[in-house]
Amino acid sequence: MMDSERVESASRASGKVLLEIRNLSVDYYAASGTVHALDNVSITLERGQILGLAGESGSGKSTLAYAITRLLRPPAEILGGEVLYYPRKEPEGDVRIERLSHIAKKKRGSGRLELNGHIPEPVDILSFTPAELRAFRWSELSIVFQSAMNALNPVLNIGAQINDVLRTHQPKMGGDSRKRRIGELLRLVGIAPDRVRSYPHELSGGMRQRAIIAIALALSPELIIMDEPTTALDVVVQREILTEIMGLRERLNFSVIFITHDLSLLLEIADKIAIMYAGRIVETATSGEMHRQPRHPYSYGLLNSFPTIYGPRHRMTGIPGSPPDLRAVPPGCPFHTRCPCAFDTCSRVIPVLRPSAPETPGQVVACHLYDPRYNNGEELPTNAKFAAKYEAHYEALQGARRAE
Amino acid sequence: MSTEQGRVDFPTMPDATGSQERTVAPILEAVHLRKYFPVRGVKLFGAKSVVHAVEDTSLALYPGRALALVGESGSGKTTIARLLARLYEPTSGSIIFRGKQVQRSLAIKTYRRHVQLVFQDPFSSLNPVHNVRYHLSRPLRIHGHAHNKAQETEQILSLLRRVSLSPAEQFITKFPHQLSGGQRQRVAIARSLAPRPEVLLADEPVSMLDVSIRLDVLNLLLRLKDEEHLALLFITHDIASARYFAEDTLVMYAGQSVEGGLSDEVIQRPKHPYTQLLISAAPDPDRLGPDGQKAAPLPARGEIPSLINPPSGCRFHPRCPHAMEICRQRFPGRTDLGGGHWTNCFLYGEGNTTETKNVVNAETAGTE
Repeated sequence: MMDSERVESASRASGKVLLEIRNLSVDYYAASGTVHALDNVSITLERGQILGLAGESGSGKSTLAYAITRLLRPPAEILGGEVLYYPRKEPEGDVRIERLSHIAKKKRGSGRLELNGHIPEPVDILSFTPAELRAFRWSELSIVFQSAMNALNPVLNIGAQINDVLRTHQPKMGGDSRKRRIGELLRLVGIAPDRVRSYPHELSGGMRQRAIIAIALALSPELIIMDEPTTALDVVVQREILTEIMGLRERLNFSVIFITHDLSLLLEIADKIAIMYAGRIVETATSGEMHRQPRHPYSYGLLNSFPTIYGPRHRMTGIPGSPPDLRAVPPGCPFHTRCPCAFDTCSRVIPVLRPSAPETPGQVVACHLYDPRYNNGEELPTNAKFAAKYEAHYEALQGARRAE
Repeated sequence: MSTEQGRVDFPTMPDATGSQERTVAPILEAVHLRKYFPVRGVKLFGAKSVVHAVEDTSLALYPGRALALVGESGSGKTTIARLLARLYEPTSGSIIFRGKQVQRSLAIKTYRRHVQLVFQDPFSSLNPVHNVRYHLSRPLRIHGHAHNKAQETEQILSLLRRVSLSPAEQFITKFPHQLSGGQRQRVAIARSLAPRPEVLLADEPVSMLDVSIRLDVLNLLLRLKDEEHLALLFITHDIASARYFAEDTLVMYAGQSVEGGLSDEVIQRPKHPYTQLLISAAPDPDRLGPDGQKAAPLPARGEIPSLINPPSGCRFHPRCPHAMEICRQRFPGRTDLGGGHWTNCFLYGEGNTTETKNVVNAETAGTE
């Protein structure tokens, strides 16, 4: 714990941290019971980083994204937690500073935001008033939705849709400079500027996705949340869009929270990966660490749910069972009902995120296998051990099926 | 993960050593299949235009083997499945079932008893107002396998057990909305198994399902193929799952079949530039080197062209990095590369020859 805390406070002091989510919990109220969609989620995102969120459907990935952007509507309710945003310190006269000092002036009473100091003071997105939220959204943070194909208005051409954003969020901008900016944005995402009058139906899926990204980039935000941006696209187009996103990030240096269920894709593009299960983060690691040695049994299972193109072919068992009902999350570790490595403690004690192994202090995992209090000094599990456990688990299930 | 230790070989794993000469005769064959769809209402007095959905495709399905049909959307994979299921009549070409050409006069019902289709979306392929019993009893009754209620119940229960829906007694009364996506797809699979078919045409059976459920359903289909000797056509856009699932792979682009052969051969040593593009575009963490360096994938540019006015010759030529003059003029014939691996590409010959150009092999080796 000490190591990772030291690393985190060091990066906060250097001003590298952009977004810090602390103990965020979200519930959905339904007639049949309360759905605990997010349970005590904490995670930090650094400037220029791509943070990947992965998990099955219903693991809370999208809810987390919507909570950060304050897009949740009833029956969802944010129960508690903080989403701290660290504004960038920029030269005087910058539009962004003007906007943020506007927020800061309001906040100064509570002493929250101070732009004069070397390190910008964080602001809590969850405490923004509607006006502050309007100033914050799009210029600091924008979102690319899951159904990007349908996110465009079919009766407006793409130029008009980008124009809308600029007019609403930067009223001081003149018509000519808006037009210039639109052309600039389209060129940026690889659409010929003469397509500015094209309607969404005249564009292919990939082009529409590019247009959406152009809209998200309109005010050069610091952070873009991408919720399954390539799921509906063909592999070749998906690759194109990913290459585009990576290139843009290189040039414009924004951060990305990239949500997908395709972990193999995340391993390629993300700097840091958080695995979610039943509304909790069960493991956080750099993509290299995750690829070499996933620590949580669920991460291993998820990683091995995708057939690979290279390497030896072997039996893939996947993860047995299905995700839990979030109205009644199993006690203890929510994964214990499906976990091949579960032991008796798992059904009683809720595991917390802790460093997994001395050699990877940044790789934190919520699993009792790594807790010296419970694991009886056993060796840390390796890929081979996970594979064998999953294999045995699968065989047992198959045996039960045959016996039936 | 490429570095696996302590892995047991899958007993039902596709046979990577599959010999070229198969003694078993194919159960279902498509020979020079072609399908054009007329486009109506574009121009009142203009020339009739057609969508060239499938051009000259031949394939064969063997009992106990799976053939994967891989391609992007618009490549004609689904059209082929529907032609084989006789939902569409082919424009030309023939379908051969058990060595006999399928005539138009052959009753659909007789044909469907042997050849069944599994649809992509289990959320729309099951009727929301009927329960599982109804969905499974219809094919049993129609195809004369069950003559009374007791037989029907017994067979439905055994069908549900075959697709690992247990306890079967509970599932029989459930409605689609009470089932998860994976369970629905299992019911859909059970329904297509009800007429006791020899051929199963699975049209993207897992692409609508959640990650962890996909393998479950794939493994179920693998088991059916193995234990019950079904011939499977597996349509997918995911080339990695084609390798996992099927012994043979056929790659399609814009209605033309461009490469085929044993899955491992095609996917590990792709020859056609389109197959190479498809593979380089697929996400694959193993591409990461030991130092975390990412290998540069092939530049992916462009999309499948309009099939109303497709490019002449090889339809891939506008996107192909190796396109030559001849590619614009005509479509190459099939070049046999040995070991059952073939491709339709001028880089490897005119077609119907066994020679391959070594120069090009050396050049493309770097992209593999």
